[in-house]
Amino acid sequence: MSLTLENLSRTVDGVDYVRDANLTFEAGSFNVLLGRTLAGKTSMMRLMAGLDKPTKGRVLYKGEDVTGQSVQRRNISMIYQQFINYPTLTVYENIASPLRLAKMSGSEIDRRVKETASMLRIEPLLKRYPLELSGGQQQRTAMARALVKDATLVLFDEPLVNLDYKLREELRAELRDLFRERQCIAVYATTEANEALALGGTTTLLHEGGVVQSGPVMDVYRSPVNTLAAQLFSEPPMNIIRGRVSDTEVTFDEYSHHALTQELARLAPGDYWFGIRPSHIALVPANDDDLEMSMEVALSEISGSETFMHVENSHFEMVLQLMGVHQYHTGAPLKVYLPVNKLFVFDSNEQLVHTPTRVSGGAN
Amino acid sequence: MDKIPDNRAWWLVLPVFLLVAFSALIPLMTVVNYSVQDIFGPGQAYYVGTEWFKEVLTDQRLQDSLIRQFAFSGAVLLIQIPLGIGVALMMPKSGIKGSLCLILVAIPLLIPWNVVGTIWQIFARGDIGLFGWAVNQAGIDYNYTGDTVDAWLTVLLMDVWHWTPLVALLCYSGLRAIPEAFYQAAEIDRASKWAVFRYIQLPRLKSVLIIAVLLRFMDSFMIYIEPFVLTGGGPGSSTTFLSQTLTTMAIGQFDLGRAAAFSLIYFLIVLLISWLFFTAITHADKEK
Amino acid sequence: MAEIQLKSLAHSYSANPSGPGDYAIRQLDHVWHKGGAYALLGPSGCGKSTMLNIISGLVQPSEGEVLFDGKRVNELSPRDRNIAQVFQFPVVYDSMTVFENLAFPLKNNKVPAAKIKTRVQEIAEVLEIEDKLHKKAKNLTADEKQKVSMGRGLVREDVSAILFDEPLTVIDPQLKWKLRRKLKQIHEQFDITMVYVTHDQLEASTFADRIAVMFDGQVVQFGTPTELFEAPNHTFVGYFIGSPGMNILEVERCQGGVRFDSTELRLEPWQSEILGGMKSDNLKVGIRPEFIEISPVMSDDTYAAEVRDVEDLGTYKIVTVKLGEQQMKVRQSEEFDAGIGSQVNLLFPGQWLMLYVDEFLVQEQQ
Repeated sequence: MSLTLENLSRTVDGVDYVRDANLTFEAGSFNVLLGRTLAGKTSMMRLMAGLDKPTKGRVLYKGEDVTGQSVQRRNISMIYQQFINYPTLTVYENIASPLRLAKMSGSEIDRRVKETASMLRIEPLLKRYPLELSGGQQQRTAMARALVKDATLVLFDEPLVNLDYKLREELRAELRDLFRERQCIAVYATTEANEALALGGTTTLLHEGGVVQSGPVMDVYRSPVNTLAAQLFSEPPMNIIRGRVSDTEVTFDEYSHHALTQELARLAPGDYWFGIRPSHIALVPANDDDLEMSMEVALSEISGSETFMHVENSHFEMVLQLMGVHQYHTGAPLKVYLPVNKLFVFDSNEQLVHTPTRVSGGAN
Repeated sequence: MDKIPDNRAWWLVLPVFLLVAFSALIPLMTVVNYSVQDIFGPGQAYYVGTEWFKEVLTDQRLQDSLIRQFAFSGAVLLIQIPLGIGVALMMPKSGIKGSLCLILVAIPLLIPWNVVGTIWQIFARGDIGLFGWAVNQAGIDYNYTGDTVDAWLTVLLMDVWHWTPLVALLCYSGLRAIPEAFYQAAEIDRASKWAVFRYIQLPRLKSVLIIAVLLRFMDSFMIYIEPFVLTGGGPGSSTTFLSQTLTTMAIGQFDLGRAAAFSLIYFLIVLLISWLFFTAITHADKEK
Repeated sequence: MAEIQLKSLAHSYSANPSGPGDYAIRQLDHVWHKGGAYALLGPSGCGKSTMLNIISGLVQPSEGEVLFDGKRVNELSPRDRNIAQVFQFPVVYDSMTVFENLAFPLKNNKVPAAKIKTRVQEIAEVLEIEDKLHKKAKNLTADEKQKVSMGRGLVREDVSAILFDEPLTVIDPQLKWKLRRKLKQIHEQFDITMVYVTHDQLEASTFADRIAVMFDGQVVQFGTPTELFEAPNHTFVGYFIGSPGMNILEVERCQGGVRFDSTELRLEPWQSEILGGMKSDNLKVGIRPEFIEISPVMSDDTYAAEVRDVEDLGTYKIVTVKLGEQQMKVRQSEEFDAGIGSQVNLLFPGQWLMLYVDEFLVQEQQ
C-alpha cells in the first residue's frame, strides 16, 4: 500500500516547483519533507494529493496510476498552517463533517468522533466553536477532522508553525505517538531540521524543487550525500571549510597547516570540503592530533544551558555549540579544536567521501 | 493552478447561456441587422449598407448630445469619486454606529430610478419643493425648468445624491480590508493624516476604485430615466443626454435604422472608454 | 533612551471586569532600565503583546501608570512617546521604494534631507539591504520586507526605546540566525533600550541580557538566561525554559524528604528545614533533563528506572525513563546506547533538585 512518485515534475511559467522527484513512501511510515521556504514542499504535497496536475511524471498508489484522479476520489487528509475549521460548526460537527459526507450512521459517527477527540485531548471542547478556542486547540480540531476519516494519506503542511514553541514540542510528541500504530502514510513538511530529527521516520531533503536526499532520518543525518544536504539537515548549519590535501599535510584556505592523521592520511591529494558539526568543536583538545585553529569571537549567544559561539578569522567563519555558559567579548581571540575522527569529507564536487566513524554501536 | 479538468460543470451553464442568448445576443443581432437597413414600416425595409453610420456620425443633434454626455459623465466622476472616498473615510469602522451609518448611506441606492427622478422633480420646485423653496428663500434665483444652468446643476445634484453612496460603500469595504497594524505603524512613525491617506489607504483602495470608476462611468454615460423624469430633457435640449436622443429617434420617430446604427456606435464608445480607464489604472500599477 | 517603569499596571479588555480571569495583565510592577536588551517571554495569550502595546501607547491600560524617566506618559499618544515598534508581520508602504520607507519616520520628524540620506544608508548597510534601496517595497520577499520594517524602527536616532513584537516569525529559520545576530550587533552599536517579545526561549536567550517570563498576565521571573535556567523561580519558568522543559513531579512529605508513589527523594537539609516551616500541601520537585545523571553503578544515592523511549536528535539524545509510576526525561550525549526496556541508575545531584511550594521555588536563605 505504498505511494510512489515517478519522475514527477511541475513547472509553472518556466519555474520548476518540483523537478524529477522519484520517491516511495511505505504504508505506516512517517515521512518528513525538509527544506527551506519555497523549496517545493507544499507543491509536492499538492501533487501527491491531486490538487495540482504534474507537468511530467506520474503518481502511483498501490501500483496504480492515480495521476489523473481528482482529489475527491483519493482518500486523503490535509492539515494546513492556518488552523482551518468550519467557523459555524461546533468542534463536534467539525470533526464529524467528513463522516457525514460519507453517510455513516449516527452512532458510528459519534463513536469515532469521541475516539479521535480523546486521542487529541479535546474531548471537553466538543460543544465549543473553533473561534472560541486557542491556537493549539484549533489546530488539534483540524487534526482530529483530518484523522477521523482514517485516510490512507495524511499530509501536514507546516502545521505547527503558528503555535508557540512549547506547544509545538508537545504536539510533536503527540503526533509521533498517534502515528506509531496507524497504517496510513503520513507526510509532514517543515523548515526546521530539529523537527525532522524529533519526528523520526524518513527524511526527504528538498532544495529549490529538487530532491537532494531521501532515506531513514538517521542515515540522511549521519551520511549527508553532499555539502548541501549536510547544511540543510543541521541546526545550526554544519561548518564547511575548504581544504587542500597534499602528500604530507592538509591546508585550510591556504592558511592553517596540519599533519595528516587517521582518516585524513588515506585521502588522495586534491581539493576537498571538510565538514564538522558545531557540537563537535571544542575549546580544549581532546586528542593529540586535533586540528587547532586560531579564531576570533564574533558573537556569543547564550541559551540556558548552552552557548552558540560564532567565530571567524580572515578566511572563514564557524559556529560552535558548547555545553555550559561561555561569555566572551566580541573580538576576543580563541583557539578551537577539531577532532579528526569527527570530520566529514566531501570532494571538490561537494559529494560525500567520508563520514566520521561512530564511536558506539548505538541501538539505532 | 491546473485543476484536473471535469467538464460536466459546463452543463450547468447551459440554462444561463440560453437566457442570455435570448435576452441579449439575439436582440443585439437584430439591432445590427436594422442598422444596415432603412425601415419605413413593418415589411418595408431596404438594405442601405453603411449609409446610416455615415449619417449618424455627421448628425449635429447627436454630436451635441454626445458633448453634453461627456460633460455630464466627466462632472459625475470628478464629484462622486472624491466625495465617495471622503464619506467612506468618515464612516465609523464598526459597531452599532457603523451599521446604522451603512444603512443610511445605502438608502438612496434602494430607490427605484424613476422614483428618484420624481422625488427630485418635486423637491427642486420653487413652490412646493423643500429644496427649491429654501434656495429661493436664501435669495438665489433658482428655477430648474426655465434656466439651463439650474437644470444641469439639479440633474447633477440628483445623480450625486443617488449614486455617491455606491462609491462610498465600495471604498468602505476596501478600507475595512486594511490590517490594523498599518495604522499602528503609521502612528508610531508619526505620519500625518494626509500621509496615512496617501501612502496606506489610497494604494489599497486601487482595486476598489477601478470598479467604482468603471461603474459610475458606464452608468452615467447611459443615464436615461432620472433626467428624463426630472427635466424631460429641457429646458430646450440642454439636459437631453445621448440615451434620450436615441430613444426619441427609435421610438418617437420610429427611425429604426438610424437608431440602430447609433446604438452600435454608442455601445462601442462605452466599451472603448471603459477599456481606456481600466488599462490606465492597472498599467499605473504595473509601472511601479 | 529612557528608563521605562510600569507601576501597579493592570489591564482588561472588557469594560467591566468581574474577576482575575478578565484581566490580560494583572498587578504588574516592573522596570526596564536604560540601554538594556530585554526579552518578554511567554506562551500565546499570556499578555506580552498587550504589555508591549501599553508601553508604546497603542493601548491605554485600565489601571496603573506607565512612566518614562519618572514622568507619567499614560495620556501621551504613541507619536509623542517617541517609541519605535516593529510588528510581527512586515508593515511596509507598498507604493514607496525601500529608501522612502526607511526615510518616512525621519521625514515626518522634519529631519534635513542630507541627514536622512546618511542615516538611511547606515541602517540599510547594517541590515544588508543597501543594494535594494531603490526597489519598490512591494516587490521584496517576506524577510526583506521585515528587514525594512525593522529598519524603519531603527532609523530614528532619538527614540526612547525600540519594541519588537515577535519580529522573526515570518523569517526562514536559516535566516533567523543571521538576523538575531544583527539585532544583537545593533544593540551593542547603538545602545538603545530594546524590548523583544517572543514565545521562543532560544530567541529570548540569545537576544536579551535579562528575560521577563510572563505567565497568565504576570511577570513570574526576571533574570538572565542562566538564572532562569539554573534557578527557575516558578514551576512555569522551569517548564517553559529548556527543551525539553524541567521534569516536575508532584510529591508529598515524608520522613527525610519527599516522596511520590513509592519512591522517596532526599532533600538538602536546608530544604527540609524550610519545608518544615510551611503548611501547604502543594509540593513539587523539579530537575532539568540536563542535570539528571545516569550512573554506571547502583548506589544508595541512585534510583532505578526503566528506559521507555530514546529520541535521537543528532547532537544529543532525550531518554524517557520511568521511575515508579512517573515518567521523566533525561538528556544524554549522542553516545548513549542503552536500549528500550533496560535499567538505568539515575542520580539527582542535590544542587539541581529544586523544591517548589505553591509553585514558587524554595530558596536557601543567605
